[in-house]
Parts: sequence; C-alpha cells; structure tokens
Amino acid sequence: MNTLEILFYALSAFAVICASMVLISKNPIHSVLWLILVFFAISGHYILLNAQFLAIVNIIVYAGAIMVLFLFVIMLMNVKKDNEPQKKLLTKFIGVLAGGSLLTLLIALVKQTSQLEGKQVLMKEGTIGLIHPLGKALFTDYVLPFEISSVLFLSAMVGAVIIGKK
Amino acid sequence: MTILSLDLGFIIEKLIMIAIVVFASLGIALYTTFGERKVAAILQDRPGPSRAGPFGLLQPLADGLKLIMKEEIIPNAASKWLFILGPGLAMTASLMTCAVIPWGSAVDVFGRHVELQIADVNIGILYVFAVVSMGVYGIMIGGWASNNKFSLMSALRAASQAISYELAMGLALIALLMTTGSLSLKTIVEQQVQGNYWNVVYQPLGFLIFFITAMAECNRTPFDLPEAENELNFGYHQEYSSMKLGFYLFAEYINMIMSSAIMASMYFGGYDLPFFNEASVAPNIAALIGVGTLLIKIVLFIFLFMWIRWTIPRFRYDQLMGLGWKTMIPLALFNMLLTGAVILAKL
Repeated sequence: MNTLEILFYALSAFAVICASMVLISKNPIHSVLWLILVFFAISGHYILLNAQFLAIVNIIVYAGAIMVLFLFVIMLMNVKKDNEPQKKLLTKFIGVLAGGSLLTLLIALVKQTSQLEGKQVLMKEGTIGLIHPLGKALFTDYVLPFEISSVLFLSAMVGAVIIGKK
Repeated sequence: MTILSLDLGFIIEKLIMIAIVVFASLGIALYTTFGERKVAAILQDRPGPSRAGPFGLLQPLADGLKLIMKEEIIPNAASKWLFILGPGLAMTASLMTCAVIPWGSAVDVFGRHVELQIADVNIGILYVFAVVSMGVYGIMIGGWASNNKFSLMSALRAASQAISYELAMGLALIALLMTTGSLSLKTIVEQQVQGNYWNVVYQPLGFLIFFITAMAECNRTPFDLPEAENELNFGYHQEYSSMKLGFYLFAEYINMIMSSAIMASMYFGGYDLPFFNEASVAPNIAALIGVGTLLIKIVLFIFLFMWIRWTIPRFRYDQLMGLGWKTMIPLALFNMLLTGAVILAKL
C-alpha cells in the first residue's frame, strides 16, 4: 500500500464512521457536528483527487455556512433529547427494513454497471478541480447550465425575501 | 531517508517552522493583552498595569498564571465533551490561519533553501476564508454546551453576526482577486514587491470593507455583541473558568494578529519595505528585514484595532445587522462592479 491508498482508506473509514454517527446520535446538535466532520472527510477526498478548489469550497459553503445555519435553527428551536417525539417499535422496524432494502438495491446496481468494470479512480491526477480549468470549463462549455442555475438561486433568494416580508 | 515517500528534511523543516510560528503568535498574543491594557490606559488618561516588573512588563505572565491557577469548573447540566471542545476549537481555528501567511521571502540555512511560509497552497485566500468560517463553531458549541440561556443567546448572536459579515468580506475579497488574478498569498505579496503600488491603492474601498468586516469577525468592539456584558452578563464564555476561559480570551487576540497579518499581506505589501531595494543586500538579510517589516505592519494594525475599541461605543444589535446587510454588502457589490468596469476598460 502506498501513501495515497493509506490516506484514501483512512479518510473513507472516517467518513463512514462519522456518517453513521449522524444517524445514531440522539441529540440533533451532535448529529450536525458529526455531519460537519463528514464534510471534512469528503474535502480530504477532493484533495486526493487533486481538486483543491472544490475541497476548500466544499468546506466554505457546506461546513462553514450551511451547517452554521443548521446549528442556528436547531439551537433556536431548542430541540432536546427529552422532548423529541418517540416512534413506535413497529415504525422503527419498518424503517430499518425499507432502508436496508434500498441500500442492497443500490449496491447491486453499482456492482452490475458495465461502465465501472475494470476502471480505477485517478488519484492525484487531472486538473479539472483546480480553479483555472474549472472556471474555463464553467464559462465556456457549460455556460448555459451555469447561468440557468444561477437564475434559479436568484429566484430562491427573491422568494425568501418576499416570504420574509409577509 | 524517506517516510511514506516524503523527504524527512522537509518534514523537520516544516515542523520547526510551525513551532516557531505558533509559539511566536502565542507570545505576541500574550503581549497584545498587555498592549491593550496600556493603550486603554493611555486613552483614558491613567497609568495602566505598572506593578509587575519594570513598566508592568511581567503583567501578562501574572495574568496567565492567575488563569491557570483558577479552579476548573464544568457545570453539572453542561454537555461535557462539547463544553471542553468549544475553547479548543476556538483556539485551533484562530491558529490555523498562520499556515498560509508568507512571513518573508526565502532564507538559505545549512545549505537548504527555506521559504518563510508554512504552505504555499494555490488557494491560500480561500483557505483563510474557510478557517474564518470555522471560527464561529468554537463560540457556538461553547455557548450551547454551557446550558445557560445567556450563553446560548450570545452564541446565536455570534453566528448571525459572523454569517452576515462573512458575505461582505467575501465580496470585498473577490474584487481584490479580480485585480491580482491569483489566489496564492505568496503570489499576491510578490506582485506588490515587484510592482509599483500596494494593492490598497487599487482597492481602497475594498480594504475599508475588509477591515470593518475583519473587526466584526474578531468580535472586537464596536462589534462585540456576543459578549455584551451589560445585556448578556459575560456572553458565550460565562460558564467557563480557568484556562478554558483563557483560551477564549486568547483566541480573540490571535484572531486579531492573524487578520492584521492577512490585511498587511493582501493590501499593504506584506513583507515589502517601501523605498528599499531588496536586491541590494544579501538574501538572508533581506528576508529578515522583510519579516521585521511585516511584524511592524501587524503591530500598527493591532494598534488601530485597539484605538477603535477604546474610542467607539458598541452598536445596538439592529444597527449591527443594518450595517452588515444594508451598507457593507451593497458597498462591496458596488466595489466589485467598479473593479470589473475598470478592468474591462483597460483591456
């Protein structure tokens, strides 16, 4: 195993553990904090893929801004372990069954796809995640989808302001 | 010898540099607290700390000793791990910024060419921005884990303040990046060393916005609403004692040093000494002069922070939000449009 592989498996294990802790934690605040760690692990993966710009933007936008808002809302609502609605055992059981079947289905699908056969992840290669190639690609090849999605964001913002004014 | 295909000498070099930068920041922060009390004393026409040692110079050591000796209290109803994590996070986030600041040009020691920067990543500014946005977690987690209404309220205030001012800060940065064309702090400083003018000449409005938002991000008066003592008792660190409280207080001073270093590097030429040709002296001496220049710039910025703190009273909460959303963000957008128009006209 070389350094890259060790880092890859360590980061993956970290991400999976943190993601399970998001689900297991009873306290919503703890869940959010674990989720922040998941984002850090994913940023680590981006760095392994030589996409430093994506890595840091992932931290700024998700871990730095959106998760702060999550924490903010949960703290404002003052959700506690004690007053969280308790689900019935049957509901829990059905939930586990449904989720488990979905997971099995997804894994089976990924295993069957012919496009992924014999392919390896390109580590520490490629330049699309760096800022200059990414900017060029976004503003030349993908300029229409990029602008349309920015209009979508703008309309969401205007909508939020209008709802807030009511 | 190599460990995991990394050069051992390189690792040792970086570890030494990290140790120097971290301990130097802590030492400067220690004496910044002393400086703050002295500046406050001068502005308020009183002598200030003068008993411990000559001119009261040992006062910070006495303060530190007092903090360490205090009893460590964790409230019964507090969430224990998060209560401990809070001050640690605040301190880590404020120290992490120093990784991308170029402290000087390169020196040659023991046959090695050493760049006086811990990591020259090509997204340096975004890294700083990411660490700044992490800084608020220390306050939020600490405030929430204390299980105290005042602490929680102060944590919420800190979060909303940080989010509001981060936006204007990012917009001011974008205008600067449009003129420099690079995200690496080293490149930005080198451009100013080579070029005729510092970036503040091209971006005066951007600098003003960045300075005000940096003050807000550091929770300095007039933006210190998260710890407004006459409304919230003591703010988010009310339940803290001993060195955990010390960490929160210290993190504020380290934040101040780091944001001064960032402002000096981005807008005021970093380690560039004006009207001085670095090529006329030996590279090592030029590098030392550069480090000294940067330190002087940092001290001047810190003095400016203190001067403002002891001159201007605290904002009201609605004034703070109004300033952030209705003045800073439109101004920053205008600055961005203006910069873009000038760049287009020059093409």
